[in-house]
Amino acid sequence: MEKRKLVMVGNGMAGVRTIEEILKINKDLFDITIFGKEPYPNYNRIQLSNVLQGEATWDEIIMNGWNWYKDHHIQLHAGESVIKIDVEQKRVYSDRGRVVEYDELILATGSLPFILPIPGVDKQGVIGFRDIQDCKTMIEAAKHYKKAVVIGAGLLGLEAASGLVKLGMQVDVVHLMSHIMEKQLDATAAQMLQKELEAQGINFLLEKETVAILGDECVKGLRFKDGTEIEADLVVMAAGIVPNVRLAKESGIYVNRGIIVNDYLETNIPNVYAVGECTEHREIVYGLVAPLYEQAKVLAENLCGIREKQYEGSVVGTQLKVSGVDLFSAGEIYENQTTKAIKVHNEWNGVYKKVLIRDRRIVGIVLYGDTKDSTRLFRMMTQKQDISDMAEIVFLQAPGQEASGNNVAAMPDDEVICGCNGVTKGTIASAIQTHNLTTVEQVGACTNAGRSCGRCKSLIAHLLEHTLGDAFYQTAQKETLCACTDLSRDELVAEIREKGLTSIKEIMNVLGWKTEEGCSKCRPALNYFLGVLYPEYEDDRDSRLVNEKMHANIQKDGTYSVVPRMYGGVTTASDLRKIADVAEKYNVPLVKLTGGQRIALFGIKKEDLPNVWADLEIPSGYAYGKTLRTVKTCVGAQFCRYGTQDSMSLGIELEKRFERLDTPNKVKMGVSACPRNCAEAGIKDVGIVGVDGGWEIYVGGNGGTDLRAADLLCKVKTEEEVFDIVGAYLQYYRETAKYLERTSKWIERVGLDHVKEVLCDEEKRKELNERLYRTLARYEDPWKKAIEDETIRHRYYTKRSIVVNTK
Amino acid sequence: MNKTVTRVLVAKYDELPVRVGQAIKIGEHEIALFRLSNGDVRALENKSPHPKGGVLSEGLVSGEYVFCPLYDWKISLIDGKVQEPDQGQVKTYQVEIDGDHVYIVF
Repeated sequence: MEKRKLVMVGNGMAGVRTIEEILKINKDLFDITIFGKEPYPNYNRIQLSNVLQGEATWDEIIMNGWNWYKDHHIQLHAGESVIKIDVEQKRVYSDRGRVVEYDELILATGSLPFILPIPGVDKQGVIGFRDIQDCKTMIEAAKHYKKAVVIGAGLLGLEAASGLVKLGMQVDVVHLMSHIMEKQLDATAAQMLQKELEAQGINFLLEKETVAILGDECVKGLRFKDGTEIEADLVVMAAGIVPNVRLAKESGIYVNRGIIVNDYLETNIPNVYAVGECTEHREIVYGLVAPLYEQAKVLAENLCGIREKQYEGSVVGTQLKVSGVDLFSAGEIYENQTTKAIKVHNEWNGVYKKVLIRDRRIVGIVLYGDTKDSTRLFRMMTQKQDISDMAEIVFLQAPGQEASGNNVAAMPDDEVICGCNGVTKGTIASAIQTHNLTTVEQVGACTNAGRSCGRCKSLIAHLLEHTLGDAFYQTAQKETLCACTDLSRDELVAEIREKGLTSIKEIMNVLGWKTEEGCSKCRPALNYFLGVLYPEYEDDRDSRLVNEKMHANIQKDGTYSVVPRMYGGVTTASDLRKIADVAEKYNVPLVKLTGGQRIALFGIKKEDLPNVWADLEIPSGYAYGKTLRTVKTCVGAQFCRYGTQDSMSLGIELEKRFERLDTPNKVKMGVSACPRNCAEAGIKDVGIVGVDGGWEIYVGGNGGTDLRAADLLCKVKTEEEVFDIVGAYLQYYRETAKYLERTSKWIERVGLDHVKEVLCDEEKRKELNERLYRTLARYEDPWKKAIEDETIRHRYYTKRSIVVNTK
Repeated sequence: MNKTVTRVLVAKYDELPVRVGQAIKIGEHEIALFRLSNGDVRALENKSPHPKGGVLSEGLVSGEYVFCPLYDWKISLIDGKVQEPDQGQVKTYQVEIDGDHVYIVF
């Protein structure tokens, strides 16, 4: 059967969602052509304010990239507008002279910012807040100008204002009414919001009616009805949106405020449909995404010949996307004689909740400062639940005794989790089970939940945990190394030992790996385990991840950083000179002191690495490895008047003894000469603190992600004892930790007392140290090796450039 | 109009290390070339499909996949497709092996 020709005017969220729904039902039904006025693929318009506020990038808001169109054989004309529809001949005409025939035509032309009918709106610097171009204009304007005025304190206006403040502009929001967001908030909530936004730097001018925009070619200011004027370099019109109906109107399609559609999203002309913000359904024009997605679904089914479901209108809730602001509103906002209100206003912590009730049913919700009840209340409202036997408000609840508000277990299956996409708890739960989903992203890819405004992501995470239930705890109990095997770390190490396996390939063959050559999780781990079990193991360099393979840190642009060794953070004039010479010779873009008391050279090209190392003539600092990084020291007794011990010498010796050693994750050390602890030994994997007559040894500290103060392991008298204890400690960590487990996590898992017990045993300590020093003997400086070994340079540090002659 | 096919010699097969990607620049094209354990040679555009970008040549090679060295996305060396749960597509280049010579075909 020949495919029918489907043409869509508009390439926005509602339209493209319709196409996605059609493809889901039957991907072979239509030849699809889409015209989009903007020169971009479909992007998430809701998230424009996040881009403006610096919380998302352009790339992140693209919903369907160019490839999506290609993969689905959709002809996309981006940056091309349709200017005429011939409904008799069933053809559309574009502004580039293109004529396309259709069997079915969807109008998804969206809406336009409402531009006030006042003089001066055509001046440069007056914009709406509607598309990528507007956003770009604002970002550009913020670079050159200071003063922005936003007209309209509704959702869009406040999001725009917040973004402009973040961009460093001085922002006035002008509003006609006496309080902001009057369509969604009552006066109390509005004042709370206004206060918060004022604290963020937005200035409000309420009850001001703009009558003219001033300036010559470019905007200079605004004049209000009361005669006052303000200055402005940029004016953002956010007084509302109007459906974009011009094309429909000129083509003889019924239009009121929007394009009139019936419950099947059909217009008055056969084979012409409309969806999204441009439509008017039962006298309502929607501007939020959830109802538009409901329309998209009904229209898609209709076009595919399924006329079961009709669109019957939507009840919508509103949220504002401004950081630091938590609000939700739905239904009726203002009390009147027929409603009764339940209100909680906690000025103490800035929470306001109001529920409006008529005839024992919720008809309106306003929440400010705490919206975790929103889903539950919204559901009670849409389902018209009788609330007469509901519990009273609980006041001053003890922590941990919260109502079932955000308790996913208590939610019924038909409760909507993702409001934007209309995805219920039941849908997500069954997707998690059927497709074995384990992350919020996977749930999004599978069900669309969380893909629009993103506010429900934490709820999805709870639901994942809840749905996986026993399975979740089972996987927690038995943590396999990766998806390539069913064995846990301990089982695996035991098998390797028992069966005497000596290479990664052998392990995978004998222990029934599920993938051909493993993955980026098991390959480095196996290579590490073998290296611990066999001190003479020959390293499989190609099973290491990029930094350890290259012996340098890859940066996001593909260049590398180089950090030469600087034992104990002590350097010499000659080393500094060499570093300076290299920095000049290779035009190193950034030279920076690191947190570990050394110098990093950033932005070095892969093919320059061996030459840089040759010129430096300093060993690798292993700033990239799961190994001993640095031993940070204070000046100590050599110079400091407080120092009780020679911390520098001890630090240098520790670093020289244990450098290059492979460990489960990076290891940082610090040595301070007195309890003032200038080397911050209390947050190191191994920290040594000099005291009168000896040293204290601290372990398991962490100054990074898992901030943790180190525990005192023991106190010793001599440096030799320090080496003995630290060596045994490191080896015990190497032999028992999971791969990638830092000492801070490891010590909590195995217990400090257990480690103390092992290290107290002199015999055990001796064995541990023996195995450690045998292992240490196998290492050599990798930079020197690269300089000397032609094969290594060829394998890892070349970039071929081939010049092509174009005829 | 006839379509012209360009074949560019990029490497000698025996000199290509197994499971270690090679970065190659041909005119404007940045290419990552991989010789797999099964003997095949595959070529991808040397650009991570992750929105933040990066290179692919230094990624860990496993069977017929490479793991993006910066963001750990798993990418098919056969068709350039990013594997679940991530999404994306990397451009592939056609490779021809003629005796000891490895060519990229445009």
